Amino acid sequence: MLEIRKLHKSYPIGDRSLHVLKGIDLSVNDGEMVAIMGSSGSGKSTLLNIIGMLDEADEGDYILDGLPIKDLTEKKAAVYRNKFLGFIFQSFNLINYKTALENVALPLYYQGMKRTERQELALFHLEKVGLTDWAKHLPKELSGGQNQRVAIARALAANPKLLLADEPTGALDTKTSHEIMAFIQQLNDEGKTILMVTHEEDIANMCKRIVRLRDGVIMEDTKVTQVRAEQYV
Amino acid sequence: MFDLDLWREIFQSINKNKTRALLSGFTVAFAIMLFTILFGIANGLENTFEKFFIRTAENAISIRFGSTSKPYKGLQIGRQVIPDSKDFGYIKKEFGDNIEYISPRLSRNYQVKYKKEKGGYTIMGVSPDYQYIEKAEIKAGRFISLKDIKGKDKVCVIGRLVEEDLFLKESAIGKNLDLEGVVYKVVGVYSDGGGDSQERVIYAPYTTIQRLYFGNDDIGDITLTYNPKLSIDQGLALIQEMTTKLKNRFDVSPNDQRAVRIGNRVLTEKQRLNNISAGLGALIPIIGFGTLIAGILGISNIMIFIVKERTKEIGIRKALGASPKSIVSIILLESILITTITGYMGLLIGVGILEAIGSSLERYFITNPSVSSSLLFSATIVLIIAGAIAGFLPAKKASQIKPIIALRNG
Repeated sequence: MLEIRKLHKSYPIGDRSLHVLKGIDLSVNDGEMVAIMGSSGSGKSTLLNIIGMLDEADEGDYILDGLPIKDLTEKKAAVYRNKFLGFIFQSFNLINYKTALENVALPLYYQGMKRTERQELALFHLEKVGLTDWAKHLPKELSGGQNQRVAIARALAANPKLLLADEPTGALDTKTSHEIMAFIQQLNDEGKTILMVTHEEDIANMCKRIVRLRDGVIMEDTKVTQVRAEQYV
Repeated sequence: MFDLDLWREIFQSINKNKTRALLSGFTVAFAIMLFTILFGIANGLENTFEKFFIRTAENAISIRFGSTSKPYKGLQIGRQVIPDSKDFGYIKKEFGDNIEYISPRLSRNYQVKYKKEKGGYTIMGVSPDYQYIEKAEIKAGRFISLKDIKGKDKVCVIGRLVEEDLFLKESAIGKNLDLEGVVYKVVGVYSDGGGDSQERVIYAPYTTIQRLYFGNDDIGDITLTYNPKLSIDQGLALIQEMTTKLKNRFDVSPNDQRAVRIGNRVLTEKQRLNNISAGLGALIPIIGFGTLIAGILGISNIMIFIVKERTKEIGIRKALGASPKSIVSIILLESILITTITGYMGLLIGVGILEAIGSSLERYFITNPSVSSSLLFSATIVLIIAGAIAGFLPAKKASQIKPIIALRNG
């Protein structure tokens, strides 16, 4: 599914440059659920951005589903993101003047799907996250957990190969976090590959594999026994 | 290609910020309104000019006489050149083929009285031809006739406004006017589109004026129209020839510009007014485009602000797979839409104002101010282009937003 070799990335800071990723090797198979951990500044967010094609590596290879991701034009990157990737953000990143349904339908709009078709599909995904009754509501009328579920429905709408989550429970209380994690686990059970950045140990333990970063290199890469979130709900 | 979904996106975004969109469009609406009104007024001025020219024959020539400004053939400087009926006959004979109408013009100002009403008016002694030279339109009665000239009758034809001033609501025909002690019978009332002052003139047979006030055969100035078949160049050549011959007849130096002056009032007036028109014509687009550019800058500014405000949203859209092109379309079309809609509002308001106040502007030489439908059409195109210009920079800025900012928390 995902193959990363000798990935380097540095950012210019004034005259000097900050070497953030110093040779990352990582491969993720289909159906895996991986937590990327590390303190702030360890490079975990940069890694996720590169995997999400929101940023580009200076050096090294990145192959997604057999497709080398290199020197993409903005247009091509947009198409790949739309086709391969679903994003879940810490702050949900819903468009505030669009209803839940419209937010979920947005990636489908950029796929060029017809209006009635994408509304049907968006409604189907909203149903999956249990928010059918809230389809016509604006994000500000929904709770944090509900918003994150809308965001998950949006990430799923385009049927991506890989789900990228950046601190998906960072803005939620413990109970809601567990609800969301239970849901993400269920998606993984259904076969979705999931990559998640987090700094919470208990959330990481709900994944199947933990990759720990420090100072731009992988310190530890271990398979763990998944803690099911349902038991806390 | 018409993309309904794209327009839905744009309407949703404008709808979300109605006040902001309206405010940003206000400058454009104002600019277009101003432009429309100015343009309409310019048209109104032009209409006035045209009306004026229709009212006085274009081929009219006036010959004026004055004192010599140069000594010539032993004659002293400052000698008054005064033509009489013989000179009038000479001109008629000499240039007969090229003259359509000709009339002397002896004018003086008099205190005129009818019953209790009185006022000062210009009295002009003229021949029957003068009616056609001045294009005076008889409203009632008749103009001066040849019989009046021969009989040196004390009759007069008064302007519409003289009748209004002195006779109030009565008809003036057949009534007697008192011109400083001499009683004239009103035989006709005329109207003249050339302006109020031209309708406050009283015409009388020039022979009567000669007999009663001058006691000689002097004819004052001469006004004539040349044969309308002559071209403007031929007309000008005729004026030249007349000048030479008359100067010769009155022993005036060929270089004397004062003693005999022949001019085509209409041609020179027209030239003068054309200059005014041209000046206005150049000024109004400058003002119009100036305000339009201010409007464009206003919209552009606000669109940049909008893009900045929507940075995160644009980042999210890009993360979800929006191409740079679709982002550019949204911003550009939003700008064009705001510009066009508000611009059209300004246009309609401007046209409305012109309609509302148009007729009351006649006093200021503005007749029927309006804008043509072809202007409305070109305004639409200009507005779309203006909107595109206004949106260009913000759209470019928006397309350069990196989707990575969508990932940044906050």
